[in-house]
Amino acid sequence: MSGDHILTVDRLMMRFGGIVAVNELSFAAERRKITALIGPNGAGKTTVFNCITGFYRPSGGAIRLAHDDGRTIQLERLNDFRISKQAKVARTFQNIRLFPGMTALENLMVAQHNALMRASGLTVLGLLGLPSWREAEQRAIELARTWLKRVGLLDRADDAAGNLPYGDQRRLEIARAMCTEPALLCLDEPAAGLNARESGGLNELLLSIRNEQGTSILLIEHDMSVVMEISDHVVVMDYGVKIAEGAPQAVRDDPKVIAAYLGADEEEAIAVMESGT
Amino acid sequence: MSATSARPSPAAQPSGSAFILKKALISALVALVLFSLMIGIRTEAGPQGGLIYWTRFGDLAALVGTVFGGSIIVELLRQWWGPVDKDSIVPKPVQSAISFAGRWLAPALLMFALLVPVIFYNQRYILDLSILVLTYVMLGWGLNVVVGLAGLLDLGYVAFYAVGAYSYALLATNFGLSFWVCLPLAGILAAFWGVLLGFPVLRLRGDYLAIVTLAFGEIIRLVIINWQSLTGGPNGVSGIPRPTMFGIPLTPGDDGLAARLGIEFSPTHRLVFLFYLILAMALLTNWVTIRLRRLPIGRAWEALREDEVACRALGINTTTTKLTAFATGAMFGGFAGAFFATRQGFISPESFTFQESALVLAIVVLGGMGSQLGVALAALAMIGGFELFRGFDQYRMLVFGIAMVLLMIWRPRGLIGHRAPTVFLERNQAISSDLVKEGHG
Repeated sequence: MSGDHILTVDRLMMRFGGIVAVNELSFAAERRKITALIGPNGAGKTTVFNCITGFYRPSGGAIRLAHDDGRTIQLERLNDFRISKQAKVARTFQNIRLFPGMTALENLMVAQHNALMRASGLTVLGLLGLPSWREAEQRAIELARTWLKRVGLLDRADDAAGNLPYGDQRRLEIARAMCTEPALLCLDEPAAGLNARESGGLNELLLSIRNEQGTSILLIEHDMSVVMEISDHVVVMDYGVKIAEGAPQAVRDDPKVIAAYLGADEEEAIAVMESGT
Repeated sequence: MSATSARPSPAAQPSGSAFILKKALISALVALVLFSLMIGIRTEAGPQGGLIYWTRFGDLAALVGTVFGGSIIVELLRQWWGPVDKDSIVPKPVQSAISFAGRWLAPALLMFALLVPVIFYNQRYILDLSILVLTYVMLGWGLNVVVGLAGLLDLGYVAFYAVGAYSYALLATNFGLSFWVCLPLAGILAAFWGVLLGFPVLRLRGDYLAIVTLAFGEIIRLVIINWQSLTGGPNGVSGIPRPTMFGIPLTPGDDGLAARLGIEFSPTHRLVFLFYLILAMALLTNWVTIRLRRLPIGRAWEALREDEVACRALGINTTTTKLTAFATGAMFGGFAGAFFATRQGFISPESFTFQESALVLAIVVLGGMGSQLGVALAALAMIGGFELFRGFDQYRMLVFGIAMVLLMIWRPRGLIGHRAPTVFLERNQAISSDLVKEGHG
């Protein structure tokens, strides 16, 4: 492995009782690149995501995050909210998790919680309404406005998030994740349920996030048009192990990947795998 | 009429007279089972201590008949009405009415509240009642932070009310501290207990949280009853000093306020003072809550109510967020408790039963979770309205219960069921309550 890696997953293990969901998985995501994690249903992709974003504590292995400033953080030792707060890893969810009763703008304001909390002097300065707090709040609103504009939701800023159409909710969730100003953005099936036009727009959005913000992106996706079009690197999983890795074109032609996706029966799959290696 | 004819006819629903009769019969049967013991048989302790009972089958028959008839009428009304629209978007007239009410109702209520002592100066009963109402408004606003904003169902809120009351009572009677010193202390102590309660329940949600908070409320009450050496047990604490107007007592003596101002002493002065005191405290609670909602902590509370998992993914420390919600709510409860102690002059554990918690929670739910104006209106309706039903004598509870049930049918999400956004770019529009979550505990 060469290159500048922001995320290195090293022999990651995740067991649930007797079931091994992820078995000695190792891969790396390059800085300012889009890495896709693909595989058939039940391959363990979301489990890997939950380990990286702190929702699960891995049974074994290491997950290292190397920041631009040279800091390296062992993600498997952090948990829960600290992954987002300290390690600057943001995520979206397979089934959208917005705050439906809050407006789109409020959703983006909640995302800036930690920065605003500092600015409000842990609420005390904010309660008194000091000018420094007001400036910080105004800046936060401006950041939210910028992101609403980029995902094309500026005119729906004051609508409840739960009232937005499905595609808008997907984009709003990405905008919300970006408002935490992450170093690594993890997207769990961002194109799920989108039509062709919408997923085209999503591709543009993700490319612009990579190119303009310089944010590294790790995404799980089933929609091959998204994966092939925007990924710089693809990791393929099946039954908790990595079965292939490489550039999108190379992965697509890999017989093991084809076998996994076409659901070849076990003996056939083994034959294909052995012939591949 | 055009609106009703435009709707698809409710053909899918059965609507024959047989269906109505069957439904009414089932309702009557349920009523019969329910009321047969509650109404049909009356028991009382006899003169020798034995149990005597007599039957009231006439009343029972009348009630079951009423339920039967009522059920038919309700079903006919429902069919005449047609199916109820379930729009998630608030209809325009309602929205404009809400915004109008939001703009004028609150200031009007505030003006009226300020003038109450002037208008009803000679009616001691009304003054007493309005002080009581304001106490519950304050308690409702305090609990609203925990239940309405953070979505944590707290059934033991009265514990903090008790902590505040006993803090002031004990500090004042044992150490002679004045009300104004004890007030913040009572708030701090209650907040401290709020955090203590918060820690064990952090991982609990929904029903489990409700049960533990309920138990916490009982624990505090039982400790107060049994710790005789400190709290006086069931006898309570008496002789709690009355508040002074910044050091000037409101007594008939020479150093009293009336003598200093050169006016004739009247016991109403103290009532008026207490009224403005609780009004100021309630308004402070309201102001702080409104401010907090627009601060990151308040938004985090509401986000927690909406989706806790998403909060964690955004780097929000859900532990401290929950604890601050508990502490803030408890602090206001503590303030209200200190006021209660100084108003009564005597407190005992009997004032802090589960019924109080339930009443305050009912105020919050009835008002519309999270709505400040709704909570104030609900407190007015629950405490003041209850007094209105005095004429019904023994049926007061029944009438009151029916009124509440009807209100919840009419407005299932409370009087003010709309959420006002905390920040907006262009349009400040209310969010329909259908979208707002109640929280999972």
